[in-house]
Amino acid sequence: MGEKKKQPFLSVKDLKKSFGRVEALRGADLEVYPGETLAIVGDNGAGKTTLIKTLSGVISPDSGEIMIEGRAYQELNPRQALDLGISTVYQDLSLVNCRDIATNIFLGREPVRHKIFVDKRKMAAEAEEFLRQLDIKIPEIGVEAGQLSGGQRQGVAIARAIKFGGKLLIFDEPTAAMGVQESAAVLNLIRKLGQKGYAVILISHNMYEVFQLAKRVSVMRQGKVVATVSTGDVTPHDVVALITGAGEIAADIFS
Amino acid sequence: MKIARSKHFSQILLLLILLIMGVVLSFLSPYFLSWNNFYNILDQTSVDIILAMGMVFVIASGGIDLSIGSVLAYSGIMMAFAMKAGMAIPVAVALGISAGTVIGLCSGFLISCLRLNPLVTTLGFMSVARGLALILTKSSPIFGFPNAFKFLGSGRVGPVNVPILVALAIAVISFILLNKTKWGYYTLALGGNEEALRRAGVATHRYRASLYVFCALMAAIAGMITVARLNSADPLAGWMVETDAIAAVVLGGTSLSGGRGSILGAVLACLVLGMLDNGLILMAIPAYYQKLFCGLIIIIALVATELRNRKEHRNFV
Repeated sequence: MGEKKKQPFLSVKDLKKSFGRVEALRGADLEVYPGETLAIVGDNGAGKTTLIKTLSGVISPDSGEIMIEGRAYQELNPRQALDLGISTVYQDLSLVNCRDIATNIFLGREPVRHKIFVDKRKMAAEAEEFLRQLDIKIPEIGVEAGQLSGGQRQGVAIARAIKFGGKLLIFDEPTAAMGVQESAAVLNLIRKLGQKGYAVILISHNMYEVFQLAKRVSVMRQGKVVATVSTGDVTPHDVVALITGAGEIAADIFS
Repeated sequence: MKIARSKHFSQILLLLILLIMGVVLSFLSPYFLSWNNFYNILDQTSVDIILAMGMVFVIASGGIDLSIGSVLAYSGIMMAFAMKAGMAIPVAVALGISAGTVIGLCSGFLISCLRLNPLVTTLGFMSVARGLALILTKSSPIFGFPNAFKFLGSGRVGPVNVPILVALAIAVISFILLNKTKWGYYTLALGGNEEALRRAGVATHRYRASLYVFCALMAAIAGMITVARLNSADPLAGWMVETDAIAAVVLGGTSLSGGRGSILGAVLACLVLGMLDNGLILMAIPAYYQKLFCGLIIIIALVATELRNRKEHRNFV
């Protein structure tokens, strides 16, 4: 428990967000410490994706507070979040299909010569070197993103997320719709990133993944974080019970 | 197969069409194969090329601009009024070009910030600009401009007409902008996946708006050349030029669904359409056939894009 006396890298208090009549977040709280891997689990519609989208600045919350390294923000925009060190790899793989791998990795941060010309050669060389360092295998740096497999695309998206020195990496169901070998490679990569000292938030439905990678698990239900448990103290069954709400009933009976 | 898969397939095909058309027309008409006639085609095509350059950017970003013909006429008229009011030529030109560009700014703002449909928005501005042009002139053309201004439309620098030089310069600049600058990169990313670009921290609405400003700027420059060439500012100038420009752009390999754009292809396609126009005139066939042809190109390109998108979608899912 000594670890937890550290200041969290990010903490979220009472975050609310509605889309029309649908309350996606109904006062969510979350804490992420530097260097830890935290899993967020929950049923479909529990608010996981909405929560992380507010953290990456893609949507703005209706109310609540986001604290990053001790500073409070009402809302973030994507550029702010990136500059504060929050990089997100989205579920819907946001790559530009008709552009090549290097262009995708450098999207929004292209190096330029003479202040105007995008330095294509530098992008290709750096992207290739960077992918090699991460052990992400791609056919050729000039290939369009649309021609890659799911795992390769995820690899490129991850490379982009960490290329510009993030501190917190958010993965939204990184292995959804992926084959066994490919998802193993992606999980391995996430594990390595955790070991390198990045804070990681992993959203997943797969208990095996969660227990393999994360030290702590936050469980979301109906727009709230209903419990945060340590993977060392509970079984996957307990977590599933928390997700469905059966856990509370069980706790009521036994108390 | 290698050529068919090449990124430059459209451009290579266009070059072949250009050559074949040249050979065929040389046999069909005794007047076709002459330096003067080629020069004439280039000169006639220069305005189309300028218009197509703006359109490449807008279409590559996944949008469209129907208002270019009206902006062309409106800019020309504002320029003409300014000169008739005794303003210096550079001032009048700047005023006319700004007037046209403002229309692009308005449509760009509405399309990017309010997320209005570009087709309908620019259709509206097409009518607004044409209406303004007709109201201001009471629907009759304005004639007679200073020689220094007419130089912009029919003057020569060495052996080459000014419009050809302007079109060439704009084509080169557009090529660099689209392929070598962040602005061009973001244009293609907007057409490919706007949300990805936004999540990468880019202020996408500013970039999208700027494309319509650029497109209107090109239309205004085309308006200046048209007025200077004909020595007349006609409120009906540039009637239906948007179909030619859109046809040239899609024929040149720019994707109607956005994400891909080719400057070289658009220039070659303008030359193909210009040569077709010229050939029809020389063979005494009404030039209306060229319009028919442009319309068919747009529809075929639309169908091809749709079919390809469906195929890609199937592969992905």
